[in-house]
Amino acid sequence: MRVLGKVAGFSLLLTLVFTGVANLLPQVQGEPPEETTIDVSSLTMADFTRLGEKLFTGKGTCALCHNNMGRAPDLLALNVVDTSASRISAEGYEGDAVDAASYIRESMTEPSAYVVPGFGKKGTDDQISPMPPVNQAPIQLSQMEMDAIIAFLESKDGHDVTVALPTARLEPAPEPANDSAAEPAVSGETATAADLLMNYGCTACHSILDSEVDIGPDLRTVGARLTTEQIRQSIIDPMSVIADGYEPMMPDYFVDELTIKELEAIVKFLESQNG
Amino acid sequence: MPTWRTGLTRPGLRFWAVLAIFLLAAVAAGSVEAQASDTLISSGITDQDLTSPPVTEESVGAPKLGPRDYPNIGVSSRSVVWVVAQLHLFFAAFVLAVPLFVVVIEWIGQTTHDRRYDDMAHEFMKISLTAYSITALLGGTLSFVLFLLYPGFMAFLMRVFGSQVLVYAGLFFAESTLLYIYYYSWRRLSSGNGKWLHLTLGLLLNAVGTSLLFIANSWATFTMAPSGVTEAGVVTGGIWEIMRGPLWNPLNLHRFIANIAFGGAMVGAYAAFKFLSSTTKADKAHYDWMGYTANFIAVLALLPLPFAGYWLMAEIYAYSQQMGITAMGGILAWLFIVQAVLIGTILLAANYYLWSGMSRSEGSKRYDWIIKYIAGVLVLGFLVWVTPHTLILSSDEIATLGGSHHHILGPLGIMPAKNIAVNLMLICTFLSFQLYRRSDKVATVSWEKSGNALMTAIYLVAIINVIFAGVYYGYFTNTVYKVGASVIQVVSTLFVIISGVILDSFMYRNAKILPSRWGQVSERSQYALFALPVAFTWLMALMGYVRSSVRGHWHVYGVLKDASPDNFIPTIGYAGNMMTIVTVLFLLMVLFIFWLASLGETRKPYVEQS
Repeated sequence: MRVLGKVAGFSLLLTLVFTGVANLLPQVQGEPPEETTIDVSSLTMADFTRLGEKLFTGKGTCALCHNNMGRAPDLLALNVVDTSASRISAEGYEGDAVDAASYIRESMTEPSAYVVPGFGKKGTDDQISPMPPVNQAPIQLSQMEMDAIIAFLESKDGHDVTVALPTARLEPAPEPANDSAAEPAVSGETATAADLLMNYGCTACHSILDSEVDIGPDLRTVGARLTTEQIRQSIIDPMSVIADGYEPMMPDYFVDELTIKELEAIVKFLESQNG
Repeated sequence: MPTWRTGLTRPGLRFWAVLAIFLLAAVAAGSVEAQASDTLISSGITDQDLTSPPVTEESVGAPKLGPRDYPNIGVSSRSVVWVVAQLHLFFAAFVLAVPLFVVVIEWIGQTTHDRRYDDMAHEFMKISLTAYSITALLGGTLSFVLFLLYPGFMAFLMRVFGSQVLVYAGLFFAESTLLYIYYYSWRRLSSGNGKWLHLTLGLLLNAVGTSLLFIANSWATFTMAPSGVTEAGVVTGGIWEIMRGPLWNPLNLHRFIANIAFGGAMVGAYAAFKFLSSTTKADKAHYDWMGYTANFIAVLALLPLPFAGYWLMAEIYAYSQQMGITAMGGILAWLFIVQAVLIGTILLAANYYLWSGMSRSEGSKRYDWIIKYIAGVLVLGFLVWVTPHTLILSSDEIATLGGSHHHILGPLGIMPAKNIAVNLMLICTFLSFQLYRRSDKVATVSWEKSGNALMTAIYLVAIINVIFAGVYYGYFTNTVYKVGASVIQVVSTLFVIISGVILDSFMYRNAKILPSRWGQVSERSQYALFALPVAFTWLMALMGYVRSSVRGHWHVYGVLKDASPDNFIPTIGYAGNMMTIVTVLFLLMVLFIFWLASLGETRKPYVEQS
């Protein structure tokens, strides 16, 4: 019994030493990626690039390899926009990119389109990249999230951001590749404008999309009645011209809330509404 | 006439009890699987999917699980599965490993006509047999809790692996049958052709046991690197394609070797326990010899283990660089500091036992002078290994250091330094092992001096290779060459081990054997035999945590998302506490087994004071 006690005590002590070491180390919990939703109505480009930076180090897991450890090109140290131009014109480049934004996007979705010498998968002579396509599992970035990362990479070195601000709620993560080839039922632009009309409450007063109300003029035929400039003006300054038979009650704050891209998306959509 | 009683129950009863447990668990699993399939349909498949013919079960992909697909039992489901699965794996590793070296020991006994080996092999099996019942019980419990707590995930796995599970059940039946026949026929088949038949039974037992291990491994590797299914989880390949994913063989090799080391360490602890409890010289001599043999097995299996681990990690990197970096350079990187402490403990304990064991023979005095240098290298190597690359510092400390990396400690924290340290520690451990084996022998071959000179040269060249490759390629070239350098180091270390074994086998053929005083080893050395299994057990738990955690928030990586409340990687502190709980539970159960085994005395031969 004495031996049993000594042996058990020794084993327990040793186990506790290991436990102590584990508890002395930095305690980090690996959270699953956040399912982000963004209020696009108030999103500025500065917010968008900040989101891109967050995705770069978080859900996108880009910083896991693209750092100063030499596993992949250090995107934080590189001037990505300038480097993209040289990569597109490099011998051996076989992708379809024409500018920095499209090159970065292509690098994210088709990493093997161009492999930076020295960073290819072992044994492939730099023909295959070890990087996973970020729009597929397990990373599964959405189009908007990839745009945010592009915005971040463009802006970090003082370049102009060339990607558009998102105009709809963050779309869900893409389905696996075998589904992604399917054509959407509605074009992206139309879907975006439709979402905007819904989000900004246009359908509460106007007949448009599925809405049938008569508080404001019928927008299903607005393309036949107004020019593009008139449509734009009626949104920016609704009091400038009041349609016959209607009260001057349309809010004038859309000029402050809409981004230019959003405004143009709505105008473009409405001018196509010819009844 | 010796008695061969074991345990409290009769063999037939025990066999049928184990089988009943397994079958009950299988039936329960099947029933839950049916329910789980319903859950899958109701939770994961949309109305559109259901109304779009043809939707066959085969064409359905992985379910999209939500938090409601996981039953809430009031405590963390993951923790429950963690404890049960880990306990099951500990016992399974033990019971699958012991017959592997038992057959070898029995064969040595048969060919050398030395009954001691045969008796020791039988005693090892006796410990394993009691553990087998507990393994089956834990296996049944594990199936039950998995199907109960993770029905969607298990339904998907059952759909993917299908009838392979029945093969597993059949093999389990065969394993149980062979194990009990092998153990209980030991005496009846103890001589003549009967002994060879018995050895054949042992071989069959190991073939079935290893097959069971490989099948279970395929489930684990499928969740890490799925093959034979699309990204949506639709099964496209046959069972063979599903099983032989990129990580299957590396894991098979790693677990096969690790199980032997673990099994050796466990029976070593049993021998140490019996040694410390023994009151007679004969008993002490017997268990000292048993402990020596067990340690021999554990160390021999331990030496190549890092290389199998290296292959596994290389394949993980090749499959997914992201997964590899998550393990080695990401959130789990700190855990390798704990691993260093554990393997350092194992190497120091193993070496200490070898040095203590050398005192059994007067011949060891020839080698006393070198022990302090080996100890020095081991301690230095251990310190380098536990040096972290990045220090958690306050802003003042960063300002004082001039950066987050200390100018001396920083370079010691990266892999090239650790590779040098680990390889030198392994070479030193082999040197201890070699000296230990030589300590009771005097070579009689004419070329002894040349042989020793050759062995010394091999050591020197290997050490220079390890240091040069690590320093030059690790610090003065880019990353690609760093990885390549580790291959040179591994080959150098393996070359020392293999050439040392071969050279000694020729050099000490017909050697003069010096007297050994079995049973007169210090009691302190026996605690080294306890340190080994404790550290091994904790290490297995730690590596299991890494292997499972690299999947992140996926049940099946890239195919089936984990939407349970536990879909995060827990902190190393929390994981450490869990590992300690499981290790302590395991050790308590093992002590119980040792006690059970001691109830039935096995015949112990007189050990000559040769």
